[in-house]
Amino acid sequence: MKADPHGVLTGTHFMDGDHACCEGALAAGCRFASGYPITPSTEVVERFASRVPTVGGAFIQMEDELAASITLQGAVWAGAKAFTVTSGPGFSLMMEHIGYAAMTETPCVFVDVQRGGPSTGLPTLPAQADMMQARWGSHGDYEIIALCPNSPQECFDLTIKAFNLAEEYRVPVMFMMDECVGHMTEKVVIPPADQIEVVPRRHTKKSVDDYLPYGTNGDLVPEMAHAGDGYNFHVTGLTHDERGYPDMTLPTQDKLVRRLQNKILNAVDRITITEEEQIEGADVVVVSYGITSRVAQRAIEAARKQGLRVGKLRLITAWPFPEKKIRELAAKVKAFVVPELNLGQMVREVERAAAGQAKTFAVSHAGGGVHDPKDILKVIVEASRCQAV
Amino acid sequence: MSGSLINDLVNPVEPFLRSDRMPHIWCPGCGIGTTVNSFARALIDSKIDLRSLALVSGIGCTGRVAGYVKLDSFHTTHGRAIPFATGLKLANPKLNVVVYSGDGDLSAIGGNHLIHAARRNIDLKVICVNNLLYAMTGGQTAPTTPDHSTTSTNPYGVFEPSFNLPHLVEAAGAVYVARWTTFHVRQITRAMTEAFQKKGFSFIEIISPCPTLYQRRNKLGDGLDAMKYYKEKSKVRHGAPTSEVGMTMTGEIIVGKFVDRERPDYQTMMRAQYTESLGERYVEEPEMVCDCS
Amino acid sequence: MAKGRVSIVVERCKACGFCVEFCPTRVLALSSAFNSKGYHPPHVVHPEKCSGCDLCGMYCPDFAIFATKADPVKAGDK
Repeated sequence: MKADPHGVLTGTHFMDGDHACCEGALAAGCRFASGYPITPSTEVVERFASRVPTVGGAFIQMEDELAASITLQGAVWAGAKAFTVTSGPGFSLMMEHIGYAAMTETPCVFVDVQRGGPSTGLPTLPAQADMMQARWGSHGDYEIIALCPNSPQECFDLTIKAFNLAEEYRVPVMFMMDECVGHMTEKVVIPPADQIEVVPRRHTKKSVDDYLPYGTNGDLVPEMAHAGDGYNFHVTGLTHDERGYPDMTLPTQDKLVRRLQNKILNAVDRITITEEEQIEGADVVVVSYGITSRVAQRAIEAARKQGLRVGKLRLITAWPFPEKKIRELAAKVKAFVVPELNLGQMVREVERAAAGQAKTFAVSHAGGGVHDPKDILKVIVEASRCQAV
Repeated sequence: MSGSLINDLVNPVEPFLRSDRMPHIWCPGCGIGTTVNSFARALIDSKIDLRSLALVSGIGCTGRVAGYVKLDSFHTTHGRAIPFATGLKLANPKLNVVVYSGDGDLSAIGGNHLIHAARRNIDLKVICVNNLLYAMTGGQTAPTTPDHSTTSTNPYGVFEPSFNLPHLVEAAGAVYVARWTTFHVRQITRAMTEAFQKKGFSFIEIISPCPTLYQRRNKLGDGLDAMKYYKEKSKVRHGAPTSEVGMTMTGEIIVGKFVDRERPDYQTMMRAQYTESLGERYVEEPEMVCDCS
Repeated sequence: MAKGRVSIVVERCKACGFCVEFCPTRVLALSSAFNSKGYHPPHVVHPEKCSGCDLCGMYCPDFAIFATKADPVKAGDK
């Protein structure tokens, strides 16, 4: 369905990524945010706080991220689309509730504007070192979807996508920005509302007697009901059956947790978004995401000028990881080069998926700034010269 | 399986229970079920619209209440029932939101959220069943455990001072504060009915027996012995200064309605502020419910 | 003729003793019978003394007992 025009700031703007993310949320129909201030993400909710009283909706700054990360989920169960915004230290605090959202299948968005870490780290400087945490940060087996914008325009567009994916798969979606993309100001074009596709809440149409909160009929995503609709449903983080009742037995655990996993993994092809360039015939493919993908572009072009056959694969969705795509590519290319603003995170996934059919070269960076393109170029050249597997 | 129908007669509280989940897991002599009984009767007496009632609990023995009541109910994470409830209430102000949780959940891990929700006067009805320790996990010390009692993490006796919860929440800003024990079944129902009708942050503490852990470890008998102690040692002092209602292991228990005052609730203040600042530009939370398929 | 009548849901009872203790007219006592969990549920020993006050019902933590007035108003009519 089309976006609600009240939340769409149609026009051409000069806006930073944080602000564009807020506009994306509003355009997606999000009318609730709970947050806690943390650099470099605070501007997202500051803008939301100033926008919602005239759009309709609510923002509450909670007393900590532990609260912020679950207040939004209460709002979702009351019927709203909701998100929260944070950076590394807050992201760590939110992990329990990301797991709760995954377990209770609460559709929502968690924005992490990544900064240098670990711990307090570099509050005002970029990094991409929370990528594995986005996937594995909470305890237990669960799946999430993660998106990586590389421009303020994408902060707008992909935030809408994040909300849409959350609703479609009833899953918490991690929006992995970084300080650079969050604080860079660029042109952001916001189209008219009728050109924006928004996925509605999968609300059940079943009668009170027939409705099973976690029943699925084949499609692995259950239908939702909201508090106040009269369904008298129960939601719990305990292992539960299709009625939503705690059932802490092995068969129920197996069934539930595998369904939560398969809900996402069976749909990898539909969820995955990548940007590919000159992959055909490439010797080396540079796999990157977020701000690093823009720096890598400079290095790739320089390498091509030297006559090297370099392809680009940009991960727009980082999770679920497009294993199949990498595996297929690995059979055709000599090597992958994976520059990241961390000491090696997504590169591990690339290496794993490549399964030894191609070499994998990391271009690591401890964070705090972006790569010098020359450093990426150096590794591309090295990769081009390596022995094929 | 519940066999609740006897000669065509139904327990008046049965419609509020998930009968398909009875009998519940609480121990013989545990008072939590008694509080739920009082709660159900408060729902009847107050004629509250059940459809718009949502119940949120945390983790612990009392946290299991959410799973046994036939309402829109949410069993959330340890200590975070109040922020979840806040989200429900803000996104749909028409909901009547009850938080039903235990002393450890609400005052230890959830302490921060307790004081801020009280400070903000969020329109929530908080029922704190206080069994004086962490029961579900095996009887560890909680901020409410009276000193000199024995717990599994203070095997030689608790030496920390304990919280006086009514005092804490009054200081934080709660508009309705009462304490009863599970002996006071009618008063609990009445307090809950009053809280349902009051706008703002209400807090009802209910002292309840934990026979398996607190009673047994402290050689205080069983649940029935606790109830007899409550009957004998409770002293009703409506309006007592909350600074004076701290508890000891075997001493007097001051009960009653301590605080019943008027303060604008969070949403009232929010609307007033936006109206003042924005005038006609203010769009009062229309249905925050998103478009559904 | 008793003013009230007690109904006991035997299988839910955990023999805590609250109803026996707090019945104002001592209508109940724990029986020597067992339910399937091994608890001794209460039984009515003085039915004539029941006033239908339902204090037993209010105290019961297990929703295992309730009293109604002798001219029973079914729970559906309120």
